[in-house]
Amino acid sequence: MPVLRNGLLFTLLIVSLCCEVACTPGAASSQAENQSHLSGRLTLTGSSTVAPLMSEIGKAFEARHPDVRVDVQTGGSSRGIADARTGLADIGMVSRSLNSAEQDLHAFPIARDGICIIVHRDNPVRELTDEQIVSIYTGTIDNWIEVGGNDGEITVVNKAQGRSTLELFLDYFGLKSTHLVADVVIGDNEQGIKTVAGNPQAIGYVSIGTAEYDAQHDVTIALLPVGGIPPSTATVAEGRFPLSRPLNLVTRDEPTGLAAAFIDFARSEDVHELIRKQYFVPLAE
Amino acid sequence: MFRWPSDRLFLRVVRLCAAVSAAIILVIVAFLVRESLPALRSVGIERFATDPSWHPAAVATEGTFNLLPMLVGTLLAAVGAVLLATPLGIGSALFCRFYAPPLLARPYRMMIELLAGIPSVVYGFWGLVVLVPLIAAIAQPGSSLLAGILILTVMILPTLALVADASIGSVPRDYLRAAAALGLSRWGTIAGVVLPTARSGLLTGIILATMRALGETMAVLMVCGNVVQIPGTLFDPVRTLTANIALEMAYALGDHRSALFVSGLLLMGLVTLLVAAAELVSQPRQFVRQA
Repeated sequence: MPVLRNGLLFTLLIVSLCCEVACTPGAASSQAENQSHLSGRLTLTGSSTVAPLMSEIGKAFEARHPDVRVDVQTGGSSRGIADARTGLADIGMVSRSLNSAEQDLHAFPIARDGICIIVHRDNPVRELTDEQIVSIYTGTIDNWIEVGGNDGEITVVNKAQGRSTLELFLDYFGLKSTHLVADVVIGDNEQGIKTVAGNPQAIGYVSIGTAEYDAQHDVTIALLPVGGIPPSTATVAEGRFPLSRPLNLVTRDEPTGLAAAFIDFARSEDVHELIRKQYFVPLAE
Repeated sequence: MFRWPSDRLFLRVVRLCAAVSAAIILVIVAFLVRESLPALRSVGIERFATDPSWHPAAVATEGTFNLLPMLVGTLLAAVGAVLLATPLGIGSALFCRFYAPPLLARPYRMMIELLAGIPSVVYGFWGLVVLVPLIAAIAQPGSSLLAGILILTVMILPTLALVADASIGSVPRDYLRAAAALGLSRWGTIAGVVLPTARSGLLTGIILATMRALGETMAVLMVCGNVVQIPGTLFDPVRTLTANIALEMAYALGDHRSALFVSGLLLMGLVTLLVAAAELVSQPRQFVRQA
């Protein structure tokens, strides 16, 4: 079976290469030449949010270029920045926008990560202001009646320490994890959704890709807008949804050769399915 | 005819097996200690019990590392489950051995064995979508110490029932005949002869079940709520040591990661104490039998 698949891929590759060569009149483009015999090792380090996605993309890339090894290591976005700068890694992975002190690097956004606030579908509350969300998560509001819902204690669902969604949530609302007063602490997205779906008084936040999929497939949750922007993968992809962040690949110099081919591949349509599988949002064209 | 020195070869093989088994446990303990050392050095043992909260950070000076609420949560969940499951387990074993018609006893035992084979994730999932909402209807948030205790009870019940069944089954038939000859009632036989004779086996079963309850991770992680606190009531969420490791391990760096190994070491210590206890109680009482 794998032999067959690889054979198929190889055939496709050859066909696509021929096409590419045929389609570019004049000299064969240097890119096509690179594509035909890429070899070597590519090292990526950085964000633990981006790493699982890059290992998947790396595997797909290796399948197309048998002589290439893609090596992915984690260690946080700051390590991604540092390693790209020092040249320890060919490519750094960063799960946020670059700040003003990091403008010396070249950034290539590959996808977006968005999180949204969810409540039970039977909860009449369909809109919360940022202040209300902060008050609920810090414990100053503890009954739904105070935000226009039914009388009932609010069950606050929070993420475990170190989860990237927690960081994004804290960042946006300007909170520290020590400020949060939680009733339930969860690990992954799926557990968060099950917890909220089973409790009409719960509020939680999860990755938007998962939540949107489940809400469309009859799981009893409702997604709340943030800052008046409707929560959907579409608004995340457009970059309009505030509770979201870009996932970047960074390099020290303008990428060439293997790194350039890999970055092009990571930003192509071919990996959109892999991106969605990890509950991230592919960039809008 | 060439003959294999089969006995000597066998002895070597058996020795090797024993050495490998012993080495595995020693290597694991050594690894746990090695990975815990950075945190034990930079956080210090007393801070694991005196810090105001559990907000670990990669650098010890920035975080707080109180493991005590999780230790309490672990013990409460395990002990609660053992208290509930023990009478149920021993009761069902007695029913199986002495009261059930043979036609019922065999399928009943098979059912209990099947219960022992259900993976913990399935229990956890069931707990999350069925049990937790039920408890939430009584008292919010539903994910609680009680949910943990109930799930663990169901999970350790088969272990207890099967070990109890086996140890009751190993009571010598002579004793039962003697008891019958003395004219003891069925309950009299059980209370006066069977249970005292099977005592060490029953205790071993209870200790095995306690270990299972202490070590259970996935199901507990899904139903307990995982808030780091010493619970005031059964309806408060708790976090166990195992759930803590599972929740944070993937993202932990530096002293935080090391602190998680410390909680692993703590669990290892608990289990070691239990094994020692099991050794002490499993010495069966010797009856002097007249030939």
